[in-house]
Amino acid sequence: MSMKHLIMAGLLTLTASAVALAGPAGGTVSGKVTYEGTPAKMKPIDMSKEPSCQKMYTTPPTVETVVTGSGNSLQDVVVYISAGAPDETAPSTAAVFTQKGCRYIPHILAFQVNQEIKIINDDQTSHNIHPLPKLNREWNKSQPPGTPAISEKYDKAEFIPVKCNVHPWMHGNFAVLKNSHYAITGDGGAFSLANLPPGKYTVTAWQESYGDQSQEVTISGSETKTVNFVFKAKPY
Amino acid sequence: MGKFLAVTIIVIAIASAIPVVMHTWEPPADISTHGHLIDSQRDDTMIEAGVSFLAAQILLAIFIWQFAGSKGDGKRKTFPGGAKGLVGAALVLVGAEVLALGAFGTKAWATVYFTPPKADAMPIQVQAGQFAFYFRYPGPDGKFGPIHPEMINEGTQNLFGLDPEHDVESRDDVVTAEMAIPVNKEIHLLMHAKDVSHSFYVPALRVHQDFVPGLDLSLHFTATQVGKYEIVCSQLCGLGHYNMRAYLEVMSQADFDDWQKKQAAAQ
Repeated sequence: MSMKHLIMAGLLTLTASAVALAGPAGGTVSGKVTYEGTPAKMKPIDMSKEPSCQKMYTTPPTVETVVTGSGNSLQDVVVYISAGAPDETAPSTAAVFTQKGCRYIPHILAFQVNQEIKIINDDQTSHNIHPLPKLNREWNKSQPPGTPAISEKYDKAEFIPVKCNVHPWMHGNFAVLKNSHYAITGDGGAFSLANLPPGKYTVTAWQESYGDQSQEVTISGSETKTVNFVFKAKPY
Repeated sequence: MGKFLAVTIIVIAIASAIPVVMHTWEPPADISTHGHLIDSQRDDTMIEAGVSFLAAQILLAIFIWQFAGSKGDGKRKTFPGGAKGLVGAALVLVGAEVLALGAFGTKAWATVYFTPPKADAMPIQVQAGQFAFYFRYPGPDGKFGPIHPEMINEGTQNLFGLDPEHDVESRDDVVTAEMAIPVNKEIHLLMHAKDVSHSFYVPALRVHQDFVPGLDLSLHFTATQVGKYEIVCSQLCGLGHYNMRAYLEVMSQADFDDWQKKQAAAQ
Protein backbone atom coordinates (compact mmCIF):
# COMPACT_ATOMS: atom_id res chain seq x y z
CA MET A 1 0.00 0.00 0.00
CA SER A 2 1.38 3.37 -0.95
CA MET A 3 1.62 6.36 1.32
CA LYS A 4 -1.12 8.08 -0.62
CA HIS A 5 -3.49 5.21 -0.03
CA LEU A 6 -2.69 5.17 3.65
CA ILE A 7 -3.45 8.87 3.99
CA MET A 8 -6.66 8.44 2.05
CA ALA A 9 -7.72 5.58 4.31
CA GLY A 10 -6.86 7.62 7.40
CA LEU A 11 -8.87 10.60 6.24
CA LEU A 12 -11.80 8.38 5.41
CA THR A 13 -11.75 6.85 8.90
CA LEU A 14 -11.60 10.28 10.49
CA THR A 15 -14.54 11.53 8.47
CA ALA A 16 -16.54 8.43 9.24
CA SER A 17 -15.96 8.80 12.99
CA ALA A 18 -16.83 12.48 12.89
CA VAL A 19 -20.15 11.68 11.23
CA ALA A 20 -20.80 8.88 13.75
CA LEU A 21 -20.06 11.23 16.67
CA ALA A 22 -22.41 13.87 15.36
CA GLY A 23 -25.14 11.27 15.06
CA PRO A 24 -28.07 11.70 12.72
CA ALA A 25 -28.41 15.35 11.93
CA GLY A 26 -31.11 17.08 13.96
CA GLY A 27 -31.91 19.73 16.46
CA THR A 28 -32.19 19.61 20.21
CA VAL A 29 -34.68 21.00 22.68
CA SER A 30 -33.23 21.46 26.11
CA GLY A 31 -34.18 23.36 29.20
CA LYS A 32 -35.00 23.23 32.85
CA VAL A 33 -38.12 22.57 34.89
CA THR A 34 -38.58 24.67 38.00
CA TYR A 35 -41.35 25.61 40.42
CA GLU A 36 -42.48 28.82 42.03
CA GLY A 37 -44.26 29.00 45.34
CA THR A 38 -44.04 26.57 48.24
CA PRO A 39 -44.39 22.86 47.51
CA ALA A 40 -46.21 20.63 50.00
CA LYS A 41 -44.04 18.90 52.57
CA MET A 42 -43.34 15.34 51.51
CA LYS A 43 -44.52 13.13 54.36
CA PRO A 44 -42.32 10.33 55.66
CA ILE A 45 -43.55 6.80 55.03
CA ASP A 46 -44.03 4.56 58.04
CA MET A 47 -43.34 0.96 56.99
CA SER A 48 -43.61 -0.53 60.47
CA LYS A 49 -46.09 -3.14 59.28
CA GLU A 50 -43.42 -4.54 56.92
CA PRO A 51 -40.26 -4.93 59.06
CA SER A 52 -38.22 -6.47 56.20
CA CYS A 53 -38.57 -3.19 54.31
CA GLN A 54 -38.46 -0.84 57.28
CA LYS A 55 -35.01 -2.07 58.33
CA MET A 56 -33.54 -1.02 54.97
CA TYR A 57 -33.77 2.64 55.92
CA THR A 58 -32.05 4.55 58.69
CA THR A 59 -34.44 7.48 58.24
CA PRO A 60 -37.86 6.77 56.79
CA PRO A 61 -38.13 7.57 53.06
CA THR A 62 -40.62 10.24 52.05
CA VAL A 63 -43.42 10.42 49.55
CA GLU A 64 -42.20 11.22 46.01
CA THR A 65 -45.15 13.00 44.44
CA VAL A 66 -43.19 16.29 44.27
CA VAL A 67 -39.40 15.94 44.24
CA THR A 68 -37.48 19.21 44.37
CA GLY A 69 -33.78 19.95 43.91
CA SER A 70 -31.36 22.83 44.16
CA GLY A 71 -32.41 26.16 42.63
CA ASN A 72 -36.16 25.43 42.81
CA SER A 73 -35.71 22.65 40.26
CA LEU A 74 -38.31 19.94 39.85
CA GLN A 75 -37.26 16.32 39.45
CA ASP A 76 -39.26 13.44 38.04
CA VAL A 77 -40.95 15.57 35.41
CA VAL A 78 -41.54 13.75 32.13
CA VAL A 79 -40.72 16.04 29.18
CA TYR A 80 -41.75 14.67 25.82
CA ILE A 81 -42.77 15.57 22.29
CA SER A 82 -46.55 15.32 22.36
CA ALA A 83 -47.16 16.48 18.79
CA GLY A 84 -45.13 16.94 15.62
CA ALA A 85 -43.04 13.77 15.80
CA PRO A 86 -44.20 10.56 14.10
CA ASP A 87 -45.11 7.53 16.20
CA GLU A 88 -42.21 5.12 16.48
CA THR A 89 -42.00 1.37 16.83
CA ALA A 90 -40.87 0.24 20.26
CA PRO A 91 -37.21 -0.54 20.93
CA SER A 92 -36.38 -4.17 21.68
CA THR A 93 -34.86 -3.44 25.09
CA ALA A 94 -37.14 -3.78 28.10
CA ALA A 95 -37.77 -0.99 30.59
CA VAL A 96 -37.13 -2.26 34.11
CA PHE A 97 -39.28 -1.40 37.15
CA THR A 98 -37.94 -2.68 40.45
CA GLN A 99 -39.66 -3.09 43.80
CA LYS A 100 -37.02 -2.62 46.47
CA GLY A 101 -37.46 -1.58 50.07
CA CYS A 102 -41.22 -1.47 49.45
CA ARG A 103 -40.78 1.36 46.94
CA TYR A 104 -40.79 1.60 43.17
CA ILE A 105 -37.48 2.27 41.49
CA PRO A 106 -37.59 4.39 39.43
CA HIS A 107 -40.53 6.34 40.79
CA ILE A 108 -41.48 7.19 37.20
CA LEU A 109 -40.77 4.71 34.44
CA ALA A 110 -41.05 6.09 30.92
CA PHE A 111 -41.24 3.76 27.93
CA GLN A 112 -42.83 3.51 24.52
CA VAL A 113 -46.09 2.04 23.31
CA ASN A 114 -45.67 -1.73 22.92
CA GLN A 115 -42.23 -1.70 24.56
CA GLU A 116 -41.67 -4.54 26.98
CA ILE A 117 -41.56 -3.66 30.67
CA LYS A 118 -40.03 -6.01 33.23
CA ILE A 119 -41.19 -5.79 36.82
CA ILE A 120 -38.85 -7.21 39.42
CA ASN A 121 -39.46 -7.96 43.09
CA ASP A 122 -36.19 -7.48 45.00
CA ASP A 123 -37.87 -7.66 48.43
CA GLN A 124 -38.36 -10.39 50.99
CA THR A 125 -42.10 -9.85 50.89
CA SER A 126 -44.90 -10.35 48.38
CA HIS A 127 -45.99 -7.41 46.28
CA ASN A 128 -49.08 -6.91 44.19
CA ILE A 129 -48.50 -4.64 41.24
CA HIS A 130 -51.65 -2.79 40.31
CA PRO A 131 -51.32 -0.13 37.59
CA LEU A 132 -54.49 1.93 37.16
CA PRO A 133 -54.78 2.82 33.45
CA LYS A 134 -57.79 4.57 31.97
CA LEU A 135 -57.21 3.72 28.28
CA ASN A 136 -55.22 0.49 28.44
CA ARG A 137 -56.31 -2.86 29.82
CA GLU A 138 -56.15 -2.99 33.62
CA TRP A 139 -54.48 -5.87 35.45
CA ASN A 140 -53.10 -6.60 38.87
CA LYS A 141 -50.60 -9.33 39.62
CA SER A 142 -49.10 -10.82 42.75
CA GLN A 143 -45.37 -11.32 42.88
CA PRO A 144 -44.00 -13.32 45.81
CA PRO A 145 -40.30 -12.93 46.68
CA GLY A 146 -37.93 -14.88 44.44
CA THR A 147 -40.39 -15.28 41.57
CA PRO A 148 -39.43 -14.36 37.99
CA ALA A 149 -39.89 -10.89 36.55
CA ILE A 150 -43.35 -10.00 35.25
CA SER A 151 -43.36 -8.97 31.60
CA GLU A 152 -46.03 -6.63 30.27
CA LYS A 153 -46.67 -4.03 27.59
CA TYR A 154 -49.17 -1.25 26.91
CA ASP A 155 -50.60 -0.48 23.50
CA LYS A 156 -51.90 3.05 24.14
CA ALA A 157 -50.05 6.15 25.28
CA GLU A 158 -51.05 7.40 28.73
CA PHE A 159 -49.77 8.19 32.21
CA ILE A 160 -50.61 5.37 34.59
CA PRO A 161 -50.40 5.53 38.38
CA VAL A 162 -49.12 2.28 39.89
CA LYS A 163 -49.92 1.00 43.35
CA CYS A 164 -49.26 -2.09 45.41
CA ASN A 165 -52.34 -3.73 46.84
CA VAL A 166 -50.40 -5.11 49.81
CA HIS A 167 -48.44 -1.98 50.80
CA PRO A 168 -50.70 1.06 50.48
CA TRP A 169 -47.82 3.56 50.61
CA MET A 170 -46.18 2.18 47.44
CA HIS A 171 -46.84 4.52 44.58
CA GLY A 172 -45.19 4.98 41.17
CA ASN A 173 -46.05 5.95 37.61
CA PHE A 174 -45.75 4.55 34.13
CA ALA A 175 -45.36 7.07 31.31
CA VAL A 176 -46.34 5.29 28.08
CA LEU A 177 -45.17 7.49 25.19
CA LYS A 178 -45.55 7.38 21.41
CA ASN A 179 -41.98 8.17 20.43
CA SER A 180 -38.43 8.01 21.74
CA HIS A 181 -38.10 11.78 22.28
CA TYR A 182 -38.60 11.97 26.02
CA ALA A 183 -36.61 12.69 29.15
CA ILE A 184 -37.19 12.61 32.89
CA THR A 185 -35.68 15.49 34.81
CA GLY A 186 -33.04 14.66 37.37
CA ASP A 187 -31.47 16.53 40.27
CA GLY A 188 -31.09 19.92 38.54
CA GLY A 189 -34.41 19.77 36.71
CA ALA A 190 -32.62 19.76 33.34
CA PHE A 191 -33.71 17.85 30.26
CA SER A 192 -32.60 17.48 26.69
CA LEU A 193 -34.47 16.02 23.75
CA ALA A 194 -32.00 15.35 20.95
CA ASN A 195 -32.11 14.18 17.32
CA LEU A 196 -35.20 16.12 16.35
CA PRO A 197 -35.50 16.52 12.56
CA PRO A 198 -36.42 20.05 11.44
CA GLY A 199 -40.07 20.77 12.09
CA LYS A 200 -42.66 22.19 14.44
CA TYR A 201 -43.15 20.38 17.73
CA THR A 202 -45.22 20.56 20.88
CA VAL A 203 -43.07 19.94 23.94
CA THR A 204 -45.02 18.84 27.01
CA ALA A 205 -43.86 18.59 30.61
CA TRP A 206 -45.86 16.37 32.92
CA GLN A 207 -45.61 16.41 36.70
CA GLU A 208 -47.72 13.89 38.56
CA SER A 209 -49.17 16.36 41.10
CA TYR A 210 -49.19 19.56 39.07
CA GLY A 211 -50.42 18.24 35.73
CA ASP A 212 -48.95 19.21 32.37
CA GLN A 213 -47.80 22.26 30.40
CA SER A 214 -46.99 22.54 26.70
CA GLN A 215 -44.96 24.85 24.52
CA GLU A 216 -44.53 25.07 20.75
CA VAL A 217 -41.06 24.99 19.30
CA THR A 218 -39.75 25.07 15.73
CA ILE A 219 -36.47 23.37 14.94
CA SER A 220 -34.46 24.11 11.83
CA GLY A 221 -31.21 22.39 11.03
CA SER A 222 -29.22 21.16 13.98
CA GLU A 223 -29.89 24.09 16.29
CA THR A 224 -30.54 23.77 20.03
CA LYS A 225 -33.60 25.55 21.33
CA THR A 226 -34.15 26.29 25.00
CA VAL A 227 -37.56 25.66 26.50
CA ASN A 228 -38.15 26.13 30.23
CA PHE A 229 -41.15 25.12 32.27
CA VAL A 230 -42.29 26.67 35.54
CA PHE A 231 -44.93 24.90 37.63
CA LYS A 232 -46.92 26.58 40.39
CA ALA A 233 -46.28 24.69 43.60
CA LYS A 234 -49.09 24.32 46.11
CA PRO A 235 -48.40 24.06 49.84
CA TYR A 236 -51.21 21.51 50.30
CA MET B 1 -66.24 -53.60 67.61
CA GLY B 2 -68.76 -51.60 69.66
CA LYS B 3 -66.56 -51.77 72.74
CA PHE B 4 -63.61 -50.55 70.68
CA LEU B 5 -65.69 -47.54 69.57
CA ALA B 6 -66.62 -46.78 73.20
CA VAL B 7 -62.94 -46.82 74.23
CA THR B 8 -61.99 -44.64 71.23
CA ILE B 9 -64.62 -42.05 72.18
CA ILE B 10 -63.27 -41.88 75.75
CA VAL B 11 -59.66 -41.58 74.51
CA ILE B 12 -60.54 -38.76 72.08
CA ALA B 13 -62.61 -36.93 74.71
CA ILE B 14 -59.82 -37.07 77.32
CA ALA B 15 -57.07 -36.23 74.82
CA SER B 16 -58.93 -33.14 73.67
CA ALA B 17 -59.53 -32.04 77.27
CA ILE B 18 -55.85 -32.31 78.30
CA PRO B 19 -54.51 -29.15 76.56
CA VAL B 20 -57.42 -27.16 77.95
CA VAL B 21 -56.95 -28.40 81.50
CA MET B 22 -53.15 -28.04 81.29
CA HIS B 23 -53.43 -24.48 79.81
CA THR B 24 -51.20 -25.50 76.90
CA TRP B 25 -52.27 -22.69 74.57
CA GLU B 26 -52.64 -19.68 76.78
CA PRO B 27 -53.48 -16.25 75.37
CA PRO B 28 -50.77 -13.61 75.90
CA ALA B 29 -50.66 -11.99 79.33
CA ASP B 30 -53.47 -9.49 79.79
CA ILE B 31 -52.42 -5.81 79.75
CA SER B 32 -55.80 -4.15 80.13
CA THR B 33 -58.01 -3.08 83.02
CA HIS B 34 -61.02 -5.00 81.74
CA GLY B 35 -59.19 -8.13 80.52
CA HIS B 36 -59.53 -10.13 83.74
CA LEU B 37 -63.31 -10.05 83.34
CA ILE B 38 -63.01 -11.51 79.86
CA ASP B 39 -60.49 -14.09 81.01
CA SER B 40 -62.67 -15.28 83.88
CA GLN B 41 -65.66 -15.40 81.53
CA ARG B 42 -63.64 -17.54 79.15
CA ASP B 43 -62.57 -19.82 82.01
CA ASP B 44 -66.20 -20.20 83.15
CA THR B 45 -67.24 -21.02 79.59
CA MET B 46 -64.47 -23.55 79.15
CA ILE B 47 -65.24 -25.29 82.48
CA GLU B 48 -68.97 -25.36 81.87
CA ALA B 49 -68.70 -26.45 78.23
CA GLY B 50 -65.84 -28.84 79.03
CA VAL B 51 -67.73 -30.62 81.82
CA SER B 52 -70.85 -30.94 79.63
CA PHE B 53 -68.73 -32.21 76.74
CA LEU B 54 -66.96 -34.83 78.87
CA ALA B 55 -70.20 -35.91 80.54
CA ALA B 56 -71.92 -36.34 77.19
CA GLN B 57 -69.02 -38.31 75.70
CA ILE B 58 -68.70 -40.58 78.73
CA LEU B 59 -72.44 -41.22 78.78
CA LEU B 60 -72.34 -42.01 75.06
CA ALA B 61 -69.43 -44.42 75.61
CA ILE B 62 -71.22 -46.16 78.49
CA PHE B 63 -74.32 -46.75 76.40
CA ILE B 64 -72.27 -48.06 73.49
CA TRP B 65 -70.27 -50.36 75.80
CA GLN B 66 -73.46 -51.62 77.43
CA PHE B 67 -75.52 -52.30 74.35
CA ALA B 68 -72.90 -53.01 71.70
CA GLY B 69 -73.33 -56.32 69.95
CA SER B 70 -76.62 -57.18 71.67
CA LYS B 71 -79.14 -58.58 69.24
CA GLY B 72 -81.98 -57.38 71.45
CA ASP B 73 -85.42 -58.91 71.74
CA GLY B 74 -86.91 -56.83 68.95
CA LYS B 75 -88.50 -54.33 71.32
CA ARG B 76 -87.38 -50.74 71.06
CA LYS B 77 -86.49 -49.15 74.41
CA THR B 78 -87.97 -45.69 74.92
CA PHE B 79 -87.06 -42.83 77.23
CA PRO B 80 -89.57 -42.36 80.08
CA GLY B 81 -92.03 -39.73 78.86
CA GLY B 82 -91.16 -40.29 75.21
CA ALA B 83 -89.16 -38.19 72.75
CA LYS B 84 -91.13 -35.04 73.54
CA GLY B 85 -90.06 -35.11 77.16
CA LEU B 86 -86.44 -35.75 76.16
CA VAL B 87 -86.33 -32.85 73.70
CA GLY B 88 -88.09 -30.59 76.22
CA ALA B 89 -85.57 -31.49 78.92
CA ALA B 90 -82.64 -30.87 76.54
CA LEU B 91 -84.05 -27.48 75.53
CA VAL B 92 -84.44 -26.40 79.15
CA LEU B 93 -80.96 -27.64 80.07
CA VAL B 94 -79.16 -26.05 77.11
CA GLY B 95 -81.24 -22.87 77.41
CA ALA B 96 -80.41 -22.57 81.10
CA GLU B 97 -76.72 -23.07 80.31
CA VAL B 98 -76.65 -20.36 77.63
CA LEU B 99 -78.69 -17.95 79.75
CA ALA B 100 -76.46 -18.52 82.78
CA LEU B 101 -73.31 -17.82 80.72
CA GLY B 102 -74.95 -14.71 79.32
CA ALA B 103 -75.98 -13.50 82.78
CA PHE B 104 -72.52 -14.07 84.23
CA GLY B 105 -70.93 -12.42 81.20
CA THR B 106 -73.02 -9.25 81.39
CA LYS B 107 -70.49 -7.53 83.59
CA ALA B 108 -67.60 -8.04 81.16
CA TRP B 109 -69.76 -7.00 78.21
CA ALA B 110 -71.18 -3.96 79.99
CA THR B 111 -67.72 -2.79 81.07
CA VAL B 112 -66.65 -2.65 77.45
CA TYR B 113 -69.83 -1.71 75.60
CA PHE B 114 -72.44 -0.18 77.93
CA THR B 115 -70.19 2.09 79.96
CA PRO B 116 -69.26 5.32 78.19
CA PRO B 117 -65.59 6.33 78.21
CA LYS B 118 -64.53 8.83 80.86
CA ALA B 119 -64.64 12.49 79.88
CA ASP B 120 -60.84 12.73 79.88
CA ALA B 121 -60.34 9.61 77.73
CA MET B 122 -57.91 10.22 74.88
CA PRO B 123 -59.58 10.03 71.45
CA ILE B 124 -57.73 8.22 68.67
CA GLN B 125 -59.20 7.44 65.30
CA VAL B 126 -58.38 4.21 63.52
CA GLN B 127 -59.07 3.60 59.86
CA ALA B 128 -58.93 0.11 58.45
CA GLY B 129 -58.37 -0.30 54.73
CA GLN B 130 -56.94 -2.92 52.44
CA PHE B 131 -54.40 -3.81 53.87
CA ALA B 132 -53.24 -1.55 56.65
CA PHE B 133 -54.42 0.28 59.74
CA TYR B 134 -53.83 4.01 60.04
CA PHE B 135 -54.29 6.12 63.15
CA ARG B 136 -55.15 9.76 63.62
CA TYR B 137 -54.53 11.92 66.66
CA PRO B 138 -56.41 15.23 66.93
CA GLY B 139 -53.32 17.31 67.79
CA PRO B 140 -53.14 20.26 70.21
CA ASP B 141 -56.61 21.62 69.29
CA GLY B 142 -58.22 18.35 70.38
CA LYS B 143 -60.38 18.27 67.24
CA PHE B 144 -60.35 15.93 64.27
CA GLY B 145 -60.69 17.74 60.95
CA PRO B 146 -63.46 16.44 58.68
CA ILE B 147 -62.81 13.52 56.35
CA HIS B 148 -63.27 13.95 52.61
CA PRO B 149 -63.27 10.41 51.19
CA GLU B 150 -62.76 11.71 47.64
CA MET B 151 -59.45 13.26 48.75
CA ILE B 152 -57.96 10.01 50.05
CA ASN B 153 -54.70 9.53 48.18
CA GLU B 154 -52.26 6.91 49.28
CA GLY B 155 -49.63 8.20 46.83
CA THR B 156 -49.32 11.44 48.79
CA GLN B 157 -50.06 9.68 52.09
CA ASN B 158 -53.30 11.63 52.53
CA LEU B 159 -54.67 8.47 54.09
CA PHE B 160 -57.72 9.95 55.80
CA GLY B 161 -58.72 12.35 53.01
CA LEU B 162 -57.90 15.51 54.96
CA ASP B 163 -58.07 18.97 53.44
CA PRO B 164 -55.71 21.13 55.52
CA GLU B 165 -55.98 23.89 52.92
CA HIS B 166 -59.61 24.53 53.89
CA ASP B 167 -60.09 22.78 57.25
CA VAL B 168 -58.22 24.47 60.08
CA GLU B 169 -58.85 21.53 62.44
CA SER B 170 -57.01 19.18 60.08
CA ARG B 171 -53.78 21.14 60.08
CA ASP B 172 -52.49 19.81 63.40
CA ASP B 173 -53.89 16.29 63.03
CA VAL B 174 -51.23 13.60 63.28
CA VAL B 175 -51.59 10.49 61.11
CA THR B 176 -49.45 7.45 61.88
CA ALA B 177 -49.11 3.82 60.91
CA GLU B 178 -48.41 2.61 64.43
CA MET B 179 -50.56 3.23 67.44
CA ALA B 180 -48.81 4.72 70.44
CA ILE B 181 -50.70 5.26 73.67
CA PRO B 182 -49.73 6.33 77.18
CA VAL B 183 -49.90 3.65 79.86
CA ASN B 184 -52.76 3.77 82.40
CA LYS B 185 -54.70 6.29 80.33
CA GLU B 186 -58.12 5.49 78.97
CA ILE B 187 -58.25 5.47 75.19
CA HIS B 188 -61.42 6.20 73.26
CA LEU B 189 -60.95 4.49 69.92
CA LEU B 190 -63.12 5.77 67.04
CA MET B 191 -63.25 3.19 64.31
CA HIS B 192 -64.20 3.29 60.65
CA ALA B 193 -63.44 1.19 57.60
CA LYS B 194 -62.39 2.65 54.28
CA ASP B 195 -63.49 -0.26 52.12
CA VAL B 196 -64.63 -3.65 53.39
CA SER B 197 -65.07 -5.36 56.77
CA HIS B 198 -61.96 -5.63 58.92
CA SER B 199 -61.34 -6.37 62.56
CA PHE B 200 -59.27 -4.67 65.24
CA TYR B 201 -57.82 -7.49 67.33
CA VAL B 202 -55.24 -6.93 70.04
CA PRO B 203 -54.96 -10.26 71.90
CA ALA B 204 -52.93 -8.76 74.76
CA LEU B 205 -55.55 -6.04 75.31
CA ARG B 206 -58.48 -8.48 75.11
CA VAL B 207 -59.95 -6.15 72.50
CA HIS B 208 -61.59 -7.63 69.45
CA GLN B 209 -63.99 -5.50 67.44
CA ASP B 210 -65.07 -5.68 63.82
CA PHE B 211 -65.09 -2.70 61.51
CA VAL B 212 -68.32 -2.43 59.54
CA PRO B 213 -68.17 -0.31 56.38
CA GLY B 214 -70.45 2.69 56.78
CA LEU B 215 -70.62 2.52 60.58
CA ASP B 216 -68.65 4.62 63.03
CA LEU B 217 -67.96 2.33 65.96
CA SER B 218 -66.14 3.07 69.16
CA LEU B 219 -64.34 1.25 71.93
CA HIS B 220 -62.59 2.26 75.10
CA PHE B 221 -59.82 0.56 77.02
CA THR B 222 -56.89 1.24 79.32
CA ALA B 223 -53.51 -0.47 78.93
CA THR B 224 -51.55 -1.15 82.09
CA GLN B 225 -48.22 -2.49 80.78
CA VAL B 226 -45.58 -0.67 78.77
CA GLY B 227 -44.53 -2.68 75.71
CA LYS B 228 -45.04 -3.41 72.04
CA TYR B 229 -48.05 -5.49 71.00
CA GLU B 230 -49.48 -6.67 67.73
CA ILE B 231 -52.72 -5.39 66.20
CA VAL B 232 -54.06 -7.81 63.61
CA CYS B 233 -57.00 -7.92 61.26
CA SER B 234 -59.02 -11.04 62.02
CA GLN B 235 -61.71 -10.59 59.40
CA LEU B 236 -60.81 -12.03 55.98
CA CYS B 237 -60.66 -8.83 53.95
CA GLY B 238 -58.95 -9.81 50.70
CA LEU B 239 -55.71 -10.87 49.12
CA GLY B 240 -53.39 -9.04 51.52
CA HIS B 241 -55.32 -9.95 54.68
CA TYR B 242 -52.44 -12.09 56.00
CA ASN B 243 -50.25 -8.99 55.94
CA MET B 244 -52.68 -6.56 57.56
CA ARG B 245 -51.27 -5.63 60.91
CA ALA B 246 -49.92 -2.76 62.93
CA TYR B 247 -48.18 -2.34 66.25
CA LEU B 248 -49.45 -0.94 69.50
CA GLU B 249 -46.77 0.80 71.54
CA VAL B 250 -47.75 1.38 75.14
CA MET B 251 -45.42 4.07 76.55
CA SER B 252 -44.92 6.09 79.70
CA GLN B 253 -46.60 9.50 79.52
CA ALA B 254 -43.20 11.21 79.01
CA ASP B 255 -42.21 8.87 76.17
CA PHE B 256 -45.62 9.33 74.61
CA ASP B 257 -45.31 13.13 74.68
CA ASP B 258 -41.92 12.85 72.95
CA TRP B 259 -43.30 10.45 70.38
CA GLN B 260 -46.21 12.74 69.63
CA LYS B 261 -43.89 15.72 69.18
CA LYS B 262 -41.73 13.74 66.79
CA GLN B 263 -44.74 12.58 64.79
CA ALA B 264 -46.20 16.08 64.63
CA ALA B 265 -42.89 17.45 63.32
CA ALA B 266 -42.83 14.81 60.58
CA GLN B 267 -46.33 15.62 59.26
